[in-house]
Amino acid sequence: MSYRTIDRGAAATPEPVARKIRGLSDRAIAWIFVAPTIFLLLAINIFPLIWTIRLSFTNYKANRINREPEWIGLRNYERILTDSDIWLNMQATAHFLIWTIFFQVLIGFALAWLINKKFKGNDLWTTIIVLPMMLSPAVVGNFWKFLYQPQIGLFNYIIAFFTGKEPSSFEMLGQVNLAPWSIVIVDTWMWTPFVMLICLAGLRSIPDYIYEAAEVDRASKLRQFFTITVPMVLPFLMLAVLFRGIENFKMFDLVVQLTGGGPGSTTELTSINLKREAFEKWRTGYASAYAIILFVTVFGLASIYVKALNKVKER
Amino acid sequence: MAYSKLATASAIAIAATGVAHSAQAEDLTLCWAAWDPANALVELSKEFEAQSGHTMNFEFVPWPNFADRMLNELNSGGQLCDLLIGDSQWIGGGAENGHYVKLNDFFDNEGISMDDFAPATVYAYSTWPKGTPNYYALPAMGDANGWFYRKDWFAREDIQAAYKEATGEDLREPQSQKELLQIAQFFQGREIDGKTVYGAAIFTERGSEGITMGVTSALYPWGFKYENEPGSYDMEGAVNSPEAVEALEFYKTFYETATPPGYTNSYMGESLDAFKSGQVAMAMNWFAFFPGLYADPATGGDKIDFFVNPPQNIAASTLGGQGISVVSYSDKQDAALEYIKWFAQPDVQAKWWALGGYSAHNSVLQDPGFVDSQPFAGDFLEAMDGVQDFWQEPAYAELLLAMQKRVHDFVVADQGTAQEALDKLIEDWNEVFEDEGKL
Repeated sequence: MSYRTIDRGAAATPEPVARKIRGLSDRAIAWIFVAPTIFLLLAINIFPLIWTIRLSFTNYKANRINREPEWIGLRNYERILTDSDIWLNMQATAHFLIWTIFFQVLIGFALAWLINKKFKGNDLWTTIIVLPMMLSPAVVGNFWKFLYQPQIGLFNYIIAFFTGKEPSSFEMLGQVNLAPWSIVIVDTWMWTPFVMLICLAGLRSIPDYIYEAAEVDRASKLRQFFTITVPMVLPFLMLAVLFRGIENFKMFDLVVQLTGGGPGSTTELTSINLKREAFEKWRTGYASAYAIILFVTVFGLASIYVKALNKVKER
Repeated sequence: MAYSKLATASAIAIAATGVAHSAQAEDLTLCWAAWDPANALVELSKEFEAQSGHTMNFEFVPWPNFADRMLNELNSGGQLCDLLIGDSQWIGGGAENGHYVKLNDFFDNEGISMDDFAPATVYAYSTWPKGTPNYYALPAMGDANGWFYRKDWFAREDIQAAYKEATGEDLREPQSQKELLQIAQFFQGREIDGKTVYGAAIFTERGSEGITMGVTSALYPWGFKYENEPGSYDMEGAVNSPEAVEALEFYKTFYETATPPGYTNSYMGESLDAFKSGQVAMAMNWFAFFPGLYADPATGGDKIDFFVNPPQNIAASTLGGQGISVVSYSDKQDAALEYIKWFAQPDVQAKWWALGGYSAHNSVLQDPGFVDSQPFAGDFLEAMDGVQDFWQEPAYAELLLAMQKRVHDFVVADQGTAQEALDKLIEDWNEVFEDEGKL
């Protein structure tokens, strides 16, 4: 039956095309299929990357089309790496990255563990919990701005209720010591459900018979948790950390809506600073060098992390 | 026979007129910021449409995104805008990067004289290099940063008595920056009609130009200068002079002691909201908003009054406002120039003022009835006499963002001292001018 189908297909192929294809090797045909993708990849990713590297050694400004760019060697890199303000931006990014991942993993795993227990209304709670990650970051940024408003914001009133402080006595978005935490809170609120879903997938992939065997061996619940649950969910958790790490390294919209990088430059993450250099100050060459430094940083860290992830998977 | 000849001639004339109109009629797009005067301009432009046969379209962008959006449009050679009412600081970039059409020949041919416009507006909105007779825009909208206050609160006897008791002085429109602060501090946290109110709404916005426009409203009256000699780019001792340091410290004190809580990233919209909601006794904002404020049913009318930015060592205000330019990438430049020619007419300028726009035409400003035409008209004239503007260099965006960062770091984030902020600002600006090849 299948033989006859192939025969029919071959007979239906126009003779000139069939002759041409017959003249090509399997390797050539494979190249024909892959070539458009490779071409697109080169055009959209590789060429701009090479072009950016080239621009990073010049003083090119995209808004000064009449000015010929000059080759300035490593000057842009030197400026960036010796600029104390850039290091402050890096610190702000690291603070945001580390604490958001910490809280999201902690709370996300805890929620997944709870949701994984069978109880009434389980599905409804899952739906409610994942709602924040379905919202637009711009919308989330805007309504949290209202929640944080010192005079009418609900957040300040809740804190005031528990601490007895005056609601307008502290400004989550306006105080240097609080603003970095305010963006951590919002990002955690929004993206913890994502980590929870990945952990839930991990928890549900653990076969019941492993726990049953552990029960037979009289392993305690705590022991089961640390010797079965955690190791088996760990690759999923690490994947979630990788996703959130990459996402938060390039975090822009949410923070711009909330603080605009302020107060001062307290929450000016590298992505916000890079955007300002590239598209507000139009220092294209400088911004290119900045982008390359960030790219190398993320690429290097992600490579090390992926290797670690693979090792965990192999275990 | 004669009748039929006349009818034929009339028909040909009508047809010719129709052909001429349809041949020249263009769809023009004018780009500007989305704010009250833009609505007035839409109304005004209907007359131009009726007279010229052209259709006017408008692209109005909210202020926080205006510079970003429009400068991107210009830098990419976009054809969205045929006419652009761009900020005064863009004139250097507009001219040097070839974004704006030079208007000298057009003005000469059409008999448009820059002497017919207020000198401060011609200097600020039209010329590049500064002060030279090279015109890239027609002054379209005069503006400056001014103040408004709750006249009804100031007039209350109980409040006047409390102020007298607290300060030993009479409560009045402030005559100096320090008196302004004193009044704002007096109102800060005060109970009025059972509601807690605050001193004043000032500009603290970080992202675009807000805090720079606010801070310069204190710097200029203290005598701040950008350079020791105009055109020298020699800033040491000028930008970080003792007067500049004192003014910056003053603004920080103002922010810390006389503004509503949470007022950390606020600009025009927040200032208007704070005033209209009855939260503050005074607020700074651009004169462009004053017609709308006066017309506001809740806090306008006899509840509001206006004053020019108070002097300290000198009288000075931060310049706002814009000129109208023809975008060089437009393929409808003739029709765009026609609009400018129409807009420059004295009677159109008079209507512009009547509708809520701020004309810079001498025929309007020097009219004997001008000062009494609106409650803020006199203040506007006074302010325009002492306006100062930010750098108008092609690298203005870099210069502005550097200042935004340094002053926000000091005023709002409480980092470092005023002296350090201004010293670092000079370093930033020197770097920009070195990159530009001007140092």
